[in-house]
Amino acid sequence: MIDPKLLQIDLRKLLGAALLGAGAMAASMPASAQTVNAMMHSGLRVLDPILTTAHITRNHGYMVYDTLLGMDENFRPQPQMADWQVSDDGLTYTFTLREGLEWHDGTPVTAADCVASLQRWGSRDSGGQMLMSHVASLEASDDRTITLTLADQFGYVLELIAKPSSVPAFMMPTRLAETPSDQPIPEQIGSGPFRFVSQEFDPGNRVVYEKFEDYVPRSEPPSWTAGGKVVNVDRVEWLTMPDQQTAVNALNSGDLDFIEQVPIDLLPLLEGSDGVSTGAINPLGYQTMGRMNFLYPPFDDIKVRQAALVALDQEDVLAALIGNPEYYEVCPSFYGCQSPLASDEGTEGFTANGDIERAQALLEEAGYDGTPVVILQPTDVATVSPQPVVAAQALRQAGFNVQLQPMDWQTLVSRRASQQPPSEGGWNLFFTNWIIPEVWNPIVNPMLNGHGREGGFFGWPTDPELDRLRGEFAAAQDDAERERIAGVIQAHALEQVNYIPLGDYRSVSAWSDQLEGLLPGPVPVFWNLTKD
Amino acid sequence: MLSYFVRRVIAAIPVMLVVALFVFLLLRLSPGDPAAIIAGDMATPEQLARIRAALGLDEPLYIQFFVWLGELLRGDFGTSLISQTPVLTMIHQRLEPTLSLALVSILFTVLISVPLGVIAAWRHGSFIDNFVMSASVVGFSVPVFVIGYLLIQLFAIELRWFPVQGFRSLFDGVGPFVSRIVLPALTLSSIYIALISRMTRASMLEVLDEDYIRTARAKGLGERAVLFRHALRNAAVPILTVIGTGFALMVSGVVVTESVFNIPGLGRLIVDAVLARDYPVIQGLILLTSGLYVVINLLIDLSYAATDPRIRY
Repeated sequence: MIDPKLLQIDLRKLLGAALLGAGAMAASMPASAQTVNAMMHSGLRVLDPILTTAHITRNHGYMVYDTLLGMDENFRPQPQMADWQVSDDGLTYTFTLREGLEWHDGTPVTAADCVASLQRWGSRDSGGQMLMSHVASLEASDDRTITLTLADQFGYVLELIAKPSSVPAFMMPTRLAETPSDQPIPEQIGSGPFRFVSQEFDPGNRVVYEKFEDYVPRSEPPSWTAGGKVVNVDRVEWLTMPDQQTAVNALNSGDLDFIEQVPIDLLPLLEGSDGVSTGAINPLGYQTMGRMNFLYPPFDDIKVRQAALVALDQEDVLAALIGNPEYYEVCPSFYGCQSPLASDEGTEGFTANGDIERAQALLEEAGYDGTPVVILQPTDVATVSPQPVVAAQALRQAGFNVQLQPMDWQTLVSRRASQQPPSEGGWNLFFTNWIIPEVWNPIVNPMLNGHGREGGFFGWPTDPELDRLRGEFAAAQDDAERERIAGVIQAHALEQVNYIPLGDYRSVSAWSDQLEGLLPGPVPVFWNLTKD
Repeated sequence: MLSYFVRRVIAAIPVMLVVALFVFLLLRLSPGDPAAIIAGDMATPEQLARIRAALGLDEPLYIQFFVWLGELLRGDFGTSLISQTPVLTMIHQRLEPTLSLALVSILFTVLISVPLGVIAAWRHGSFIDNFVMSASVVGFSVPVFVIGYLLIQLFAIELRWFPVQGFRSLFDGVGPFVSRIVLPALTLSSIYIALISRMTRASMLEVLDEDYIRTARAKGLGERAVLFRHALRNAAVPILTVIGTGFALMVSGVVVTESVFNIPGLGRLIVDAVLARDYPVIQGLILLTSGLYVVINLLIDLSYAATDPRIRY
């Protein structure tokens, strides 16, 4: 027979053990075992972050992959997967991987993996290609050491390896990094703070990430893509909602936690809502701009290009595009007005206010004969639809013969690649937007390139002087010299009307007040976040 | 009946082949380039050309067509150019939401519109008849997205009876499925309820004047039996035709409802594929939809025999 006293003690012990066990379980679970539901600016379809320049794929890259270096809020490269040392002659860079780095398949990250990753990135990204053109050798000295030796002086090695957009130098295992850079990698194995859940991937609709439990974050506080990437949530789901009104309703009802970009005209629906906050988490914002085709009349004539430049009024374009002055600013700088190289160098005479009379005088001086200006007008993307319409009106007032050709954005991106004459399927002028880190210096800004038909960006200006100045900038060793040369390049590019900067604007995000720790920066990231 | 069925299935093969050829040519001859979507906005012309070559898009059209046809004959619908996901996997992921929405919508349509049409015809010229006819005008005049937003505002935001968006599989539980399907199904079915209630009323009015209805009443049959056993069965052929084609239209035309309620179905998949020029996905979806039309038309024809004993194949 069982002694009742023993039974009593046993029951107490059992209860105590159960409570201890529950406490231990609670302690071992993350402080906020939660899923963050986010609606990003676009559906994710292309998964290879080296293959494409699409921002949504770059954002996906920052979830799954890590970078050797990060960039902080002062635009400075900082250690991320690796620390570095530079030799006294400035030609040898030695990167040392920190200990404990693992791929999502459990294998260790090695220097050989990183060398293969840098080579793939360097064969694809325009900044990477520029870096590799200065590299004499790139090799793994041992499992944790990468040695990069330059053939000549090039002062932008760290900035390029740390650049946050549009194709950052993401690290991946050798077997993936050996995929030709014009073909997609077959699986998503990185060493970043989140794992990609391939079974739940529904292209263009839903992407699921889980916390990578073996990720070891740095100890420094997070700053842009540098510092510790501490993940406090279990899962992040990116949901695509084709209807913005539905997304706003979903945020208000708690189905969504975060909307990356809210159309400005829907903001009033959220600004009065309880439990929802709005703001610009990307403080740098975007540059909107127009690019001409230098290959054909009338924009093969510098005077005609200058006439178009002075005819356009940034305020008109920005008012049509954004509407609310709180979220835009007139900015004549080629590098964006929030970047370290922003200046008004060479902007004298560039009114940014639409000087129609001066445009008319320049057109007369050029002997403009009424050659049609074919403007590509995308009608399906709200952030690039208004610019062509406003520009067409201003150019017509100045005396241009304008043909506005409506089309969808994807037709535009394939048509702008045509080097045929405008009358045979080509074009004269199109408009697009860049995030500031894609234009903030002459190395990464794809338009500041004078290679012409072979290797230039759409529009294809042939400008050896611009290329010479860009080379000088790349070789400069200190900030003051870089600033000086960037100013000279800006003055030269404005005189040549390399492109027409039409001002800076910021996008507005919205999030549930249950989220805390959203990090400002040029890329939306999901580390450091907590959810109540 | 069996030989009729087999003949119809064999006749569908050339139809599908013509659809395949037509879709293939239409896509290749329209502007746009999937390589540009993959490469992104900052890609250079050289990078675009390399990706185009890697995708096989620089091959002559007839080679691309026969490669695709060969894959189709092996049951392979190909792989998305953009996401590298097999087309059949993508269709499989999106089929359930669209079929669920279409089936529940057609259920609502039949359950609401047929009785309304029968009652309106039975009480021809009365208040009920006028009400049903006026409501049906509203039903097919108001755009689907407006009805969707109004239902969301009232039932999801104000009354909080239903979620504002999303889809849950029936396999996740009946409750979550029903709560998320009711509003979109009501939205999608609104136009069909309006259309089919008018069709039913018109067909019933023709039949109710027939001698055999008078005979049935003279036999002493109750009104319900007269209306539903005698009149409705004879009026059913045009109603069934509209319901059948309506179902096919729902499957192929749900994109607006799917967008308003954020349902990840085939409608959104095809719009996304068209915008991205994802040729294999568009081709696969159009072939699927064409096949669906062939099957539904066959089923409608076979159902005539079930409802009308005079029809034999």
